[in-house]
Amino acid sequence: MALLEIRNLSVSFETSFGGFKAVDGIDLTVDKGEVLAIVGESGSGKSVGMLAVMGLLPKTAKVTADVMTFDGADLRTLTSGQRRSIVGCDMSMIFQEPIASLNPCFTVGFQIEEVLRQHLGLNRSQAQKRAIELLELVGIRDAEARLGAFPHQMSGGQCQRVMIAMAIACNPKLLIADEPTTALDVTIQKQILDLLMRLQAEHGMGLIMITHDMGVVAETADRVIVQYKGRKMEEADVLSLFEAPKSPYTRALLSALPENAVGDRLPTVSDFVMDETAPGAAQ
Amino acid sequence: MTQPVLEARNIVRDYHVGGGLFGKPKIIHAVKGVSFSVEKGKTLAIVGESGCGKSTLARILTLIDAPTSGELFIDGMEIDILRDGLTRDMRQKVQIVFQNPYGSLNPRQKIGDVLGEPLLLNTNKSAAERRDLAMQMLIKVGLGPEHFNRYPHMFSGGQRQRIAIARALMLSPSLLVLDEPVSALDLSVQAQVLNLLADLQDEFGLTYVFISHDLSVVRYIADEVMVMYYGEVVEYGAREKVFSDPQHEYTKTLFAATPNADVESIRQRVTARQKERAAAGV
Amino acid sequence: MSNATLPAETSSGAIRRRALADFWFYFSENRGAVIGFWVFVALVLVAIFAPLIAPHSPIEQFRDALKVPPAWEAGGRPEFLLGTDPVGRDILSRLIYGAQYSLFIGVVVVSIALVGGIVIGLIAGFFGGWIDTVIMRVMDVILAFPSLLLALVLVAVLGPGLTNAMIAIALVLQPHFARLTRAAVMAEKNREYVIAARLAGAGRLRLMFKTILPNCLAPLIVQGTLSFSNAILDAAALGFLGMGAQAPTPEWGSMLAEAREFILSAWWIVTFPGLAILITVLAINLAGDGLRDALDPKLKRS
Repeated sequence: MALLEIRNLSVSFETSFGGFKAVDGIDLTVDKGEVLAIVGESGSGKSVGMLAVMGLLPKTAKVTADVMTFDGADLRTLTSGQRRSIVGCDMSMIFQEPIASLNPCFTVGFQIEEVLRQHLGLNRSQAQKRAIELLELVGIRDAEARLGAFPHQMSGGQCQRVMIAMAIACNPKLLIADEPTTALDVTIQKQILDLLMRLQAEHGMGLIMITHDMGVVAETADRVIVQYKGRKMEEADVLSLFEAPKSPYTRALLSALPENAVGDRLPTVSDFVMDETAPGAAQ
Repeated sequence: MTQPVLEARNIVRDYHVGGGLFGKPKIIHAVKGVSFSVEKGKTLAIVGESGCGKSTLARILTLIDAPTSGELFIDGMEIDILRDGLTRDMRQKVQIVFQNPYGSLNPRQKIGDVLGEPLLLNTNKSAAERRDLAMQMLIKVGLGPEHFNRYPHMFSGGQRQRIAIARALMLSPSLLVLDEPVSALDLSVQAQVLNLLADLQDEFGLTYVFISHDLSVVRYIADEVMVMYYGEVVEYGAREKVFSDPQHEYTKTLFAATPNADVESIRQRVTARQKERAAAGV
Repeated sequence: MSNATLPAETSSGAIRRRALADFWFYFSENRGAVIGFWVFVALVLVAIFAPLIAPHSPIEQFRDALKVPPAWEAGGRPEFLLGTDPVGRDILSRLIYGAQYSLFIGVVVVSIALVGGIVIGLIAGFFGGWIDTVIMRVMDVILAFPSLLLALVLVAVLGPGLTNAMIAIALVLQPHFARLTRAAVMAEKNREYVIAARLAGAGRLRLMFKTILPNCLAPLIVQGTLSFSNAILDAAALGFLGMGAQAPTPEWGSMLAEAREFILSAWWIVTFPGLAILITVLAINLAGDGLRDALDPKLKRS
């Protein structure tokens, strides 16, 4: 059975010029231990869809789905209490801006321990012990001393490691990473991706990697969903996607990579697609 | 025509970080003696990670800040803004395009005024002439005359970056400093903007200093590459040489860390993973 | 580039209409703000058309009708809908004419305070350094006084009267604007578009007033509406203390002051001016809240 199963998910927002559909009928499944990448450019609804799954969207968003189950539980009918016990525990998320996602008022240690106490009911000393373990697990040196550090005293890469530590604190079955390396330097990005892949393999987590970067997809994913303007353009395993992309949009994206340039001009998306995706393009 | 458009000799920039009332002021060396030159119509890419001093260098090249020491020549003329101040002439020679197209346009200024402002302030052209020139430039960067009266928030990131490029070109500079011009853009838009930059370079014989952290973009656009690490130049040379035979340890690390999207390496990774899984399953 | 986010409207009029529609959408999400807005509009209309609406002159004394209760009370007379005061003036008419004064006070005070505060705040925020320090310390000193007390002192120095009261209140309110402007300027001044304008050759004055200032206006407009009600309240308080508008001006605050001794015997003389002040201030504050929702991009949900 799939870990996360979604059928026909739509999310729309009310704005001053009428309704706006950010996600339009997306189907998606993730199995245990699988890495699914959702690729798309800004405005493709890739983050909004996952936030809807987590129940983290503001009230102005209208979320509908035919099926939305996680590990056997129907996410549509959960009470907020039940949802809280799943989100952040069995299903957790890391974000693009690591420094902004940590509370600047509290030490890193306090924030990790808070998660542990909330979800696992550990007492103070147990929580501290586990927090040190977690920090070591995500590759932060001198973990015990780092517990007392504030987010602004750490680099972006370190903050992202802390975020990962918090996200895996209760051994989640599914981790959603929303552009986890976009704000980081290339060398740091490499380290963070390696870390995520290692943790994923060790814990057998499902991992959803939301990204716009084809390079990141190539280095991490098992299966890929390409999204454009809220719709699914293509779904394929990573190798066949790069080898023989079926949808024109995917082909366009791949050929727009500077390393695939032929001659001294880059093909652009508008050379490939537009009209067949027009319903979304009209807004 | 061997005279370089831009030549920098031993540029140093220090920042004094005040230690407040009690602490000793600290000196941070942001740029430590950087020398290079760019010839007309060529592109020099400056590569490095955040904090390596490339943005500080960009501010010096665009005459926003003065270097602590070192000499800067533009079109063979020595420029020292501390001594001479900034004249109209110099200002017209160098322009910059910033990374973030959302922050670099005044939200309350119509596009037409954004483009007209440099002309208004630096030339004696009439309003009608300014309008015509701005219109021409809009079309040149791939926008239309109907965009003239709109405000920046009505444009997408890529369109805004086109506007920023158009503004930079209004005074026909010889040197354009591009500070991560495509890193905030989507992949497909990035391609369009890179194409535009290449076209403009051909048409106006522009010289680019292209600052970036993205090696694949640099490899595509640069003629020469300079890699910076903690304020120092660790690698400087022609593109092919740097990419095929990096000398410095840091350059090698950088290349190794760049994600690889070619099919062969994906195949390798996928097979390795399948093996791993099979091994774990047994 | 064909997929611009908007239909191809090019005229600036259309763009302005669209911005207005956008503004109204966010503003109207706050129902209190809409109610406040319409009450305020009604108030403005009443003030403008006071001579047409008011049944009597505000200063005409009806010797035969002293302290007549409102029309629906026993002993009330239909021509004096809200009753009369101890010297026989029609309260409704006085209130209607009083609206003119209150709005006038609000507009003048906020204009003076806004202009002064913006200039001072711009200078402090833009130049920074010791200029900033000196200016802001002076502002801090002004803010350290209880505002009414300071206004009272100023009026005592300048002499009582509506004009002096307005100047005093404007002076007292001005530091709020200065601080707000300074904070906004300091946030905007290092943005890239300002650097870009500088590179284009813009001088200091152009940078300050043309590039930076328009981007700082949203919070100032909100503060302006809230200060509007403050000004009315302060003016009423000064009037109540006898330092503001002088008799027989039908200013709401001084009407209250004159009615003080009749609180127990003739409730309507005190109640109606009080209600007028309350409703006006409430309406403006509600509308100001809505303005903040509509203008502050940070609160805007996308």
